[in-house]
Amino acid sequence: MRRLPRKDVVIVGLGWTGAIMGHELCQAGMQVVALERGPWRDTASDFNVGTAPDELRYAIRHELFIRTAQDTVTARNTPDQTALPMRRWGSFLPGNGVGGSGVHWNGHTWRFLPSDLNIRTHYKERYGEGIFPENHMIQDWGISYDELEPYYDRFEYLCGIAGQAGNIKGEIQPGGNPFEGWRQRGYPTPPLKMQLTQDLFTKATTELGMHPFPMPAANMSQAYTNPLGVTQAPCTYCGFCERFGCANYSKSSPQTTILPVLMRHPGFEARTECEVMKVLMSADGKTATGVTYIDAQGQEWEQPADLVILAAYQLWNVRLMLYSGIGKPYDVSTGEGVVGKNYAYQANSSVNGFFDDKRFNSWAGAGALGMTCDDYQGDVFDHTGLNFVGGANINGTTFHARPISARPVPPGTPRWGSAWKKATRDNYNTTTNVGSQGSVMSYRDCYLDLDPTYKDRLGRPLLRMTFDFKPNEERMSAFVTDKMVPIMRAMGAKQIVASPKKGPWSVVPYQTTHNTGGAIMGDNPRTSAVNKFQQTWDVPNVFVLGASAFPQNAGYNPTGTVGALAYYAADAIKNEYLKRPGQPLVQA
Amino acid sequence: MRARLLAALSAAALLLAAPARAAPDNFDQVERGRYLVVLGDCVACHMSTSGDHQGSQGFVGGRPIETPFGNIVTPNITPDRATGIGTWSADSFYRAMHEGIRPNGARLYPAFPYTYFTRMPREDTDAIFAYLNTLDPVNHAVDRNSLPFPLNIRASMLAWNGLFFEPGEFRPDPNRSAEWNRGAYIVEGPAHCGACHTPKNLAGADRSSERFAGGPLQGWFATNLTGDQRTGLGDWSADEIVEYLQKGRNARSAASGPMAEVVEYSTSVMTEADLRAIATYLKEPPAAAPASPARTALAADNAQMRAGEAIYVDRCGACHTRSGEGVARMFPRLAGSQVVQQEGNETLLRVVLQGVRAAYSPHAPTSPAMPAFGWRLNDDETAAVTTYIRNAWGNAAPAVSAADAARMRDLLRDRP
Repeated sequence: MRRLPRKDVVIVGLGWTGAIMGHELCQAGMQVVALERGPWRDTASDFNVGTAPDELRYAIRHELFIRTAQDTVTARNTPDQTALPMRRWGSFLPGNGVGGSGVHWNGHTWRFLPSDLNIRTHYKERYGEGIFPENHMIQDWGISYDELEPYYDRFEYLCGIAGQAGNIKGEIQPGGNPFEGWRQRGYPTPPLKMQLTQDLFTKATTELGMHPFPMPAANMSQAYTNPLGVTQAPCTYCGFCERFGCANYSKSSPQTTILPVLMRHPGFEARTECEVMKVLMSADGKTATGVTYIDAQGQEWEQPADLVILAAYQLWNVRLMLYSGIGKPYDVSTGEGVVGKNYAYQANSSVNGFFDDKRFNSWAGAGALGMTCDDYQGDVFDHTGLNFVGGANINGTTFHARPISARPVPPGTPRWGSAWKKATRDNYNTTTNVGSQGSVMSYRDCYLDLDPTYKDRLGRPLLRMTFDFKPNEERMSAFVTDKMVPIMRAMGAKQIVASPKKGPWSVVPYQTTHNTGGAIMGDNPRTSAVNKFQQTWDVPNVFVLGASAFPQNAGYNPTGTVGALAYYAADAIKNEYLKRPGQPLVQA
Repeated sequence: MRARLLAALSAAALLLAAPARAAPDNFDQVERGRYLVVLGDCVACHMSTSGDHQGSQGFVGGRPIETPFGNIVTPNITPDRATGIGTWSADSFYRAMHEGIRPNGARLYPAFPYTYFTRMPREDTDAIFAYLNTLDPVNHAVDRNSLPFPLNIRASMLAWNGLFFEPGEFRPDPNRSAEWNRGAYIVEGPAHCGACHTPKNLAGADRSSERFAGGPLQGWFATNLTGDQRTGLGDWSADEIVEYLQKGRNARSAASGPMAEVVEYSTSVMTEADLRAIATYLKEPPAAAPASPARTALAADNAQMRAGEAIYVDRCGACHTRSGEGVARMFPRLAGSQVVQQEGNETLLRVVLQGVRAAYSPHAPTSPAMPAFGWRLNDDETAAVTTYIRNAWGNAAPAVSAADAARMRDLLRDRP
């Protein structure tokens, strides 16, 4: 192993959080190196408009995701089962390469509700301890919405989010989400142009007494230049967002918002195809001294650094902590330990509607083109007597109708042959969908640890995922899906197929890449791995960014909160940590 | 490093009790030189082949400059005694800038634009020399004799100079404003705009009768800078010229190719007052330029136009829009674009076949790129879509042939 010259900061992973933190710390005058195990990716060359919308290559063959031969996880539903490795991604799709998941996302950019962040206290005060499900591990985040608001704002203005504010400094705004937390100002750009599905959804939900508003979108409704001076172009509604890189500079990603500035910063260096093996620790285990990594030639390097930022995908952040001995690993048998606990996910559902007389033109879509209702989100509605915690947003979206995967046919249609072809023809353009994005709470037996059997190509144990949907989530999803059916009926569907989320969780069908937890934040080192600044309790010069910090998952896509927390941590490092390097920002 | 070396030398001088003469504090001169180096875009030619242009690396030389006669490799102009200009004096530096003659009497080739730098007064070349002497000397030998026989005989430049070169410093026009004269000095002197934008005769000298009419250059077509409405700057406001030079793009266009380097190393770092002076001068040229030939657009039902339109709608319209308006400051406007209507089709063909990254400017860091299409359009298709772009939406320019596309494809084969 060869030792490189010291840097002030080493960042593991160059996606959203790595790019945000890299830029903030370079601005503070630090020398920063980011190590990214995937390739360099740039709009014009890698998302060339002539190849970017290739459904087979990107959506089906998973071009932008890490190859399972390079890394994967093992999975099981319960601790008494034997986990098996995922040899082909299914339920979720971990990104790879520069930009990370920020390249292949759809662009739904949410803030969590204030009551999502102090969920434990809030529900207990409103409903009493009895509302919480069996074996739950629901915790407050240790941060308030008011503390996080300025950082949500920064991320939204970095991205140029298209939306309609619902609550500016406590004043409810017409056309926005009346249930959202306050915001200091409106969205940087107006909402996207809506399609027929959104028009029908808006009319139906309004008639039903609900409160529809445009989904906040990282797809540009108009050209936008962000505070860094980087410009994006208007979205063309091509419908190739999720699983694809955007060829038109129209979807916010590290490439389209930060990297043009960051890559030219004299304090910044990125090394791609460099896989970090572990964080190196001092002899007393209280300080990180850098990382080791393997480059594309197989050469192993030591990169010393004063500050280590884990900014990889949620799963890999947790795994690096376990490899490196940062924080006490979670032990399911005792409930002790913190690293790996509170793995959570997302409980989504859908209601398909088959129409006679409508032409939806669903191929003209955008990742976050939609209208949403938050009437059954979080604790917006009264949970008394409902026997579950949490909620979901309800969305009428038009995000793609790609020819291989978008084949909506009514139940009972044969899976192949001329009848299937005819049903495809009849329904392709006359079907639409209302979906929900539901919360998932944390449980004692849903967690991440190291697999005892399976190893990666470098000989390290794979991460093992133990997870299932619990009755609380099934009840929540059934309740919300029941509210979606009348919407579809009011929209005029002749046939309605409702699919509430039900266990057991399967690794096979794609559900969502909203994996959360495992290195959760909180106000107590006995119950959380990082403090509210995402600084590890045990090793103060290691910060762990991203959705790994979520103590449980809310009924929203995570990226807005991931971005806000990264800015929040960066400010804490710049304004507080650097005055007393190596010291905890919160006393245990 | 350089400062420490100087300190050591002066200490030695004291010990030897040599008659030492205090050097003046030349801060003002060095700063003037630093800025003149920006005006002259010296870095674009003299930077290292690695692309590193920080500090001395911007001046170590070694980049091959393409000319119709062969490549000329730029020299090291750091103050290294063995391989740079460390043994030169301010006098000899002035002579090189003013007359194109090295201290050893050898003639420089006009790829080094002494034909423009001759307009710089002695105080400006002294300032550049003073600035270059603040750089760390870098030992970096380059092959200075890369031209084929007989052009490698530098004495041949004597005859060339006799025919095409008139040394002489810039003389302001008392009938014009100070701003106009400042612009004239920059454009005709240090910034040497005509070196690319004025067509050359067979000997590689400027055709003074076609000043700023644009011409082919290194596989691109340097655009017309005259007041011509269709192909020149006639339709551009001074503000648009300033924005283009400062930010590398404006609502019409984006700098790419060699002009992207000019923006990055030179114009984006100039003062706004100087950019405004350049714009003033370009909008009011000293002599009327010959008009570009009148053109009529090809008919929309021309077979090439119809094929080109179909390709355009499929491949180009998502960014440049169906109406050719583009997206201001991101995707250049093609309707009414000067770049696409130049007499020569080199730039348009090159951009379509190879793709291109727009200029970076600290004032506009996005630097968006156009993807390559050479891998998916054959020569006929390339010719059709470029012909369409040159003749749609009110544009008018000569049609592009498949042979043109093939020639450009060949030219690009060995280039990055």
